[in-house]
Amino acid sequence: MDFLHSILVKPFADMASAPDFLIQVLWEGMVSGVLYALIALGFVLIFKSSRIFNFAQGIMVVFAALTLVGLHERGVPALLAVPLTLVVMFFLAVGIERVVLRPLVNQPDIILFMATIGITLFLIGFGETIFGGENKRMITQELGIPTGSYIFEPFGGFVSIEQKDITAVIGAMVLVAGLLLFLNKSKMGRAIRALGDDHQAALSVGISLSTIWVLVWFIAGVIALVTGIAWGARAGVSFALEVIAYKALPVLMLGGLESVMGAIIGGLMIGVLEKLFEIYWGQPLLGGNTEVWFAYMLALLVLLFRPQGLFGEKIIERV
Amino acid sequence: MLYRVAGQFKTSYEADYALFPVRQDAWLLAFILLLAFVVFPMTANEFVFRALLIPVLIYSLAALGLNILTGYAGQLSLGTGAFMGVGAYACYKLVTIFPEMNFVIALAISGLFSATVGMAFGLPSLRIKGFYLAIATLAAQFFLVWLFQKWAWLYNYNTSGAIQVPNIDMFGVTVAGPNATAIVQYYFVLAIVCAITFLAINITRGRIGRIWKSVRDMDIAAELVGINLMKAKLMAFFVSSYIVGIAGALFVFLWRGAAEAALFDIPLSFRVLFIAIIGGLGSILGNYLGAILIVALPVILSTVPRAFGLPISPSMVEHLNIMVVGALIITFLIVEPHGLARYWAIIREKLIIWPFPH
Repeated sequence: MDFLHSILVKPFADMASAPDFLIQVLWEGMVSGVLYALIALGFVLIFKSSRIFNFAQGIMVVFAALTLVGLHERGVPALLAVPLTLVVMFFLAVGIERVVLRPLVNQPDIILFMATIGITLFLIGFGETIFGGENKRMITQELGIPTGSYIFEPFGGFVSIEQKDITAVIGAMVLVAGLLLFLNKSKMGRAIRALGDDHQAALSVGISLSTIWVLVWFIAGVIALVTGIAWGARAGVSFALEVIAYKALPVLMLGGLESVMGAIIGGLMIGVLEKLFEIYWGQPLLGGNTEVWFAYMLALLVLLFRPQGLFGEKIIERV
Repeated sequence: MLYRVAGQFKTSYEADYALFPVRQDAWLLAFILLLAFVVFPMTANEFVFRALLIPVLIYSLAALGLNILTGYAGQLSLGTGAFMGVGAYACYKLVTIFPEMNFVIALAISGLFSATVGMAFGLPSLRIKGFYLAIATLAAQFFLVWLFQKWAWLYNYNTSGAIQVPNIDMFGVTVAGPNATAIVQYYFVLAIVCAITFLAINITRGRIGRIWKSVRDMDIAAELVGINLMKAKLMAFFVSSYIVGIAGALFVFLWRGAAEAALFDIPLSFRVLFIAIIGGLGSILGNYLGAILIVALPVILSTVPRAFGLPISPSMVEHLNIMVVGALIITFLIVEPHGLARYWAIIREKLIIWPFPH
């Protein structure tokens, strides 16, 4: 009875008794959810257009953030460092397309997946050789991101919301809106979606595969930079950031590998639910740190009922 | 010349099915076994045993386990490290609870634990396929490593949170623990690896192996010709995790000597996956070739520049190693997606027709 009480009743009683804390937890969860969604979005874009399961997305986040901070350390002004980082990400995209993807066209999925793991390792080694492995501070102020926090007092309690988190959420929303606009309204965006629907048909109407791949990887690089700035402002920039890539994977499973909408909703869901679970169930009952696996277990449960994720395309199998 | 097959006639189906249809294959294997059992132990020193020979054997055993699942049965798994951990922790508990138990029996039983856990995490494979399944196996990876950290009973409530290998005697000889000599450990690992490889070869080329291959190539078609998918997939998870679990127990007991939960984290899973893929999915030989490459690479990278007089710091070696492994993986995938084992197959074909290429 006691056990059931502590699982089924007590957490909700805790939530009701301290609503201000609950709001704080929800907000924190939402902010990390937005960032998970952003990383997952990078995955989805590449998967949609090339059927490549891009494991390197997480390391691209780190690499973009490291380049930005590294450039600034070498005396480049912050606002110039951002476009310079974008140039670096562009050349990275071109390099990946030329060196890795082009020779591997038409290989089985697992080979391409392994190749992105190879890219991941290469970028880790390369980044550490150039920028060093220690934790760096993200240049938040230099980029003009406010760092104060707003204090609210709902229900006579205390909720603190950091301005850089608000900036991150707004930045993410602008990025997603811009991306959706680009995908749905521009010619290039339509070409990306066409490639996602049917490779051969897209090729036959004259869409250039390599251009689109470079473009898609570059967009993934831009997303990586935004994610890197936002996440780096919270936790510093180091290769430990790579672990957030592992957080984006269950988001993909939950949302479905092909769905932009699924990535966003999945990210928010996982961000909020894992925080709630950690605070109200994980820490009191399981000794904490449940965030490392909760998202995966949740996604696994969902997949057992919907093998293609919540918003994925229905898998049709023929012999 | 050396590999001429002329004159080796097969007069029965049994001869055609034989493990070594070409006599030279058997000789080559005998030569390699001679090297492994006699020449290496006589010439190697402590460093070579601990840094090269033992890890190569253990990694190739782990890769063999993964290869059965991924290469033969087609179920991509990213949770190998955690299953190795299950084997290691199970073995630790068995050895500390029953100190007088024979170590080989303890190993065999700890394999059963990891096999059971592997089968439990393999259950979703009945509904989930491809990359979705790969991510699902990551659930096992993260959950199990978390469990190793939080469940203090597993490491006997040590304050350090790590497991320490006690001295284990077998027939009067210390095989594991701080007192064991490298040569004994090498022979022990070698014997187990040889035994399991022998079993694995025979499983994969027999009825079960064919069932797995048909599931890998197209599971719906396999189901239509009357293969029980559930049985086939779960059996693959069981056998694979069993071997991986034993590899994990050997990893800690006969090589590392001590382990904490972080050792079984995702980099270990990836290292084993690289070995399997660089070696060649769906081959037994490939695991050994891949393991040799991945284990020897850091050793080469740290010694070669020094031999040329280039000053290179240990952290630099670490970074370069990661970078080179990444570049190597990409190169190998581009040049030969079927891995090192395919190279051997090509060389062997060439040797058979040499010196007349037609």
